Amino acid sequence: MTTETVGSVEASDNGPTSTGSRSTMILGIVTLVALGVLVLFGLILSPADENQGEAVRIMYVHVPSATLSYVGCFLTTIGSAIYLWRKSRWWELLAYASAEVAALFTAFTLITGMLWGRPTWGVFWIWDARLTSEAMLMLLLLGYLAVRGLAADYQVRAKRAAIVGLLLVPNVLIVRESVQWWRTLHQKPTLSLAGAHIEGLMLFSLFTGFIAITLVFIWMVIHRFRVAWLEEQVDLEGLDEAIAERRAEGVVS
Amino acid sequence: MLSDAWLIARKDLKLEIRSRVALNQVIPFAILVLVLFAFALDPDRGLLEKATPGLYWIAVLFSGLLAMQRSFAVEAADGVTDALRLSGLTPSGIYLGKTLSVAVQLLALEVLLGVGVAVLYGTSITGWLLLVATIVVATAAISTAGTLFGVVAAGLRVRETLLPLLLLPVLAPVLIGSTRAFEAALSGTPSEGWPWVGLMSVFAAVYVVAGIFGFGPLMEES
Repeated sequence: MTTETVGSVEASDNGPTSTGSRSTMILGIVTLVALGVLVLFGLILSPADENQGEAVRIMYVHVPSATLSYVGCFLTTIGSAIYLWRKSRWWELLAYASAEVAALFTAFTLITGMLWGRPTWGVFWIWDARLTSEAMLMLLLLGYLAVRGLAADYQVRAKRAAIVGLLLVPNVLIVRESVQWWRTLHQKPTLSLAGAHIEGLMLFSLFTGFIAITLVFIWMVIHRFRVAWLEEQVDLEGLDEAIAERRAEGVVS
Repeated sequence: MLSDAWLIARKDLKLEIRSRVALNQVIPFAILVLVLFAFALDPDRGLLEKATPGLYWIAVLFSGLLAMQRSFAVEAADGVTDALRLSGLTPSGIYLGKTLSVAVQLLALEVLLGVGVAVLYGTSITGWLLLVATIVVATAAISTAGTLFGVVAAGLRVRETLLPLLLLPVLAPVLIGSTRAFEAALSGTPSEGWPWVGLMSVFAAVYVVAGIFGFGPLMEES
């Protein structure tokens, strides 16, 4: 169903005229239901962890949003590449929309990570490879968004942002690699999720978390995309109107 | 492409030599940064010597930023960008030329800062081969990425604030790599430093390719 929704946006050449449609409304309802199921399993039905205690429940939203922050980056790079290659505005706006949503998810990941770290490790922050690269991801995304949000022509903004967006995934990979080397050369990785075995209801809760958070991500990207599309539309129409007005002034005098 | 690059690099360096901005402003700034570190970290506690690799590369990055901003500021005035576009030089040639001129300026800065830390921080310098290799590769990495992001920020009203935001997170691996490699060289365990030189070479290679292909579209726009 979600693919259909994305497909319907793609299919119409003129783009969306509002941010909501029947299919996104259904998607929104499904997302809310999924979030409800996540709350039920994550907060009520699943047990507390023997080591992490109640704090383990943060993981059910933290891990999926961390994964989706990377998915968002990936979409931004793909969109930027296709924009540079084909000059497709659709892909450029997708890159922009997913970068913004990815930044939100990265911030959410960092905040939930810190809230989890405080009861579990006793500190909000440690210079662990995973934490550091997530923070760097945030800064790289903010750089992209700064370029995309420049007060300049659409062409200028879009093209420059696309170059930054194209390099986003290579940068993230190099930063991750270097941060991992940096930390592992000095000390053993402080946190390892691979070691912690997770099964039964907890595994199911995490699975529910992945589905619910992915639906939230898709819903947000679609709506952000439509808002961005409408913004550009208003800009273009505003320009046309201004030109028409100036022309009309010329006729009167 | 390479002859275009050579032409642009010579033009930029000649401009720097004649205007003396690098000599009169960037180099004093670099030394100032070294002195400020000494104020911030008490020289008597031996912290400066211990932290030399990190402080050195932070000083290189900050003063290098000034050199990179200048590399595009000189083009922004008097419609030089249009002239450059009309000149018929290949964009990739312009990119490589700009990169080369930034690299030459960075190398000069790095040599000077190297003397600076040896004299001011009392750091004893060992592991020459690794030090030189690190400097060469890190310079390539900083100048290739710096030139590409320099043109992304060029000609905008917010360029002074935008370039550091774009460039410094991207250069984080170079800062980590060059600092670790310097630490390895200075502590007499050069074998730990060579992987970092490799990582920075990959970084520089990625940016050379990105710059050669990305500079064209960026030059086209108004």
